[in-house]
Amino acid sequence: MTTRTLVSAADLARHRTAYRAVLGAVTALFLLAFAFPLYWMVTGAVKSPAELGQPTPTLIPQTFRPANYADAWQSLQIAHFFANTVKYAVGGWLIQVTVDVLVAYALSRLRPVLGRVVLGAMLASLMLPAAALLVPAYLTVVDVPLVHANLLNTPWALWLPGAANAFNIYVLKRFFDQLPGDLLDAAAIDGAGRLRTLWSIVLPLSRPILAVVSIFAVVGIWKDFLWPLLVLQDPRSQTLSVALSRLSTASYVTPNELLAGLVIASLPMLAVFLAFQRHILSGLSAGSLKG
Amino acid sequence: MAVLTAGATRPATAPAPARRAGRGARLRRRLADNLTAYTFMAAGLACFALFSWYPLVRGVLLSFQQDNLVTPPTWVGLDNFRHLFADPLFPIACRNTLQFTGLALVFGYVLPFAIAVLLNELRHLRGFFRVLVYLPVMLPPIVTVLLWKYFYDPGSGLFNSALRAVHLPTSQWTQSPTTAMVSLVLVSTWSNLGSATIIYLAGLQTIPGELYEAAELDGAGVWRRIRHVTVPQLRFVLLVMLLLQVVATMQVFIEPYQLTGTTDPNTITVMVLIYRYAFTVNYDFGLAAAMSLLLFAVLGAFSALYLWLTREAP
Repeated sequence: MTTRTLVSAADLARHRTAYRAVLGAVTALFLLAFAFPLYWMVTGAVKSPAELGQPTPTLIPQTFRPANYADAWQSLQIAHFFANTVKYAVGGWLIQVTVDVLVAYALSRLRPVLGRVVLGAMLASLMLPAAALLVPAYLTVVDVPLVHANLLNTPWALWLPGAANAFNIYVLKRFFDQLPGDLLDAAAIDGAGRLRTLWSIVLPLSRPILAVVSIFAVVGIWKDFLWPLLVLQDPRSQTLSVALSRLSTASYVTPNELLAGLVIASLPMLAVFLAFQRHILSGLSAGSLKG
Repeated sequence: MAVLTAGATRPATAPAPARRAGRGARLRRRLADNLTAYTFMAAGLACFALFSWYPLVRGVLLSFQQDNLVTPPTWVGLDNFRHLFADPLFPIACRNTLQFTGLALVFGYVLPFAIAVLLNELRHLRGFFRVLVYLPVMLPPIVTVLLWKYFYDPGSGLFNSALRAVHLPTSQWTQSPTTAMVSLVLVSTWSNLGSATIIYLAGLQTIPGELYEAAELDGAGVWRRIRHVTVPQLRFVLLVMLLLQVVATMQVFIEPYQLTGTTDPNTITVMVLIYRYAFTVNYDFGLAAAMSLLLFAVLGAFSALYLWLTREAP
């Protein structure tokens, strides 16, 4: 048995029926509150517009039109926006992890002059609410200082700001700090350079933390809304979230097609969640309080 | 500190010849390390400089400038703030935001804690409940908000259908001034309470069982055990979550943006107004920056407190 909690095992055993009732009530309530909306979304998408619009909703679809999903995929161009979002997520993830691992490794293992100042300045950005940087960061993307490039409607407008992730750097640095120094020294004695040590020794040892950072990077990019809304105004370049927001007010989109779009936008996240449930739930409780 | 001592990677443990070579070699090694380090950090430093540090400075300067991206920015002193305070929407947006944050605390702060305490007592289906409660957090926010838009529909929406089915009065939800804000808070609570619940659950598992044992021996019932054992034991997590929630809800955007639009005075919030100033009507970036600066001044205090509290978290 696990450690004792609020109610003792003896009390639970004594009130077995009450416990069963609570368990049943919680199960029913949770299914209703958290699973039913998803069920309604998935089934709503296969209903006909007339059935979807009737004042008493049907629990089981009376009309069954799985073709609505295909319609949304093609005629709403969900396929295009899906591909966009995958591109932003994969590229953003690669850049974010590469940049942040290099910074964290340098700060943790090479201990450069002013390293603490650099780390401090990066961590200070955690204090900035996203709202504070919205307007000036947008203006920076419109006209990047020194190089005078306009990144609007390009993937770089998401990728480069995303790479400046102080939380990742902090978490990675803490992990690198705890790797056994002897092992890295041994690699150095064997003639491995810094990059080689990072690639062949540090990264393989850091798989668990890299997994957590990667999952949160991809999920973060997929869910992001406000920043892509600002910097991807050209409909062709938009993410699925921004496109859905725009389509939701377009007159030519039927509700069931839009619902199908919502389902398609959710599927990758639900797949990631079911696949990496353990990483996500434990990473959340470990990471959030140590930021 | 958990960091390994400098000696572990320094020439102290380097092979004998290097040690004999003395200060010259050590200095060269140090220089090489610095060079490598800054090469490795170059991309990261550039990203932070361009998209975090520079915008911070520019945001402050921008508050005292007029900038519309067409004509070159000009210094206007405190004009932006003057315009801001003169805008009748400004106090409305502030009041709405405070109302949203307050209501979100009423619904969204106690609920995850209560759910976590309850789930921690259940001996069955624990993984199942954790997955269910976290499901909404995984949905893209736009999906959640658009889905709830259907639920809120006064005619064919689920909520009014359910109310009609049990012969209760229906509601206009987001379309009525009196219920619009509560409707937004409900969406936000549904989509966010999962993460706080999971964090509380992790915290609950660290409470030593002896404390409950002792409290029970002293005659404390369930409520008093929660009050005198659970809450004090989790007070650090509770405080941190409070700060995080306030900072997050004060920046609420997508719910009003998508459910009630950027012009509805009943639900316009600070972030929506900033968005309006900069990106819809007047492209007045200076005015938007001035408002962002005020929001930052308020939220920065909360964030600083959060960072200070968690700097040496166990």
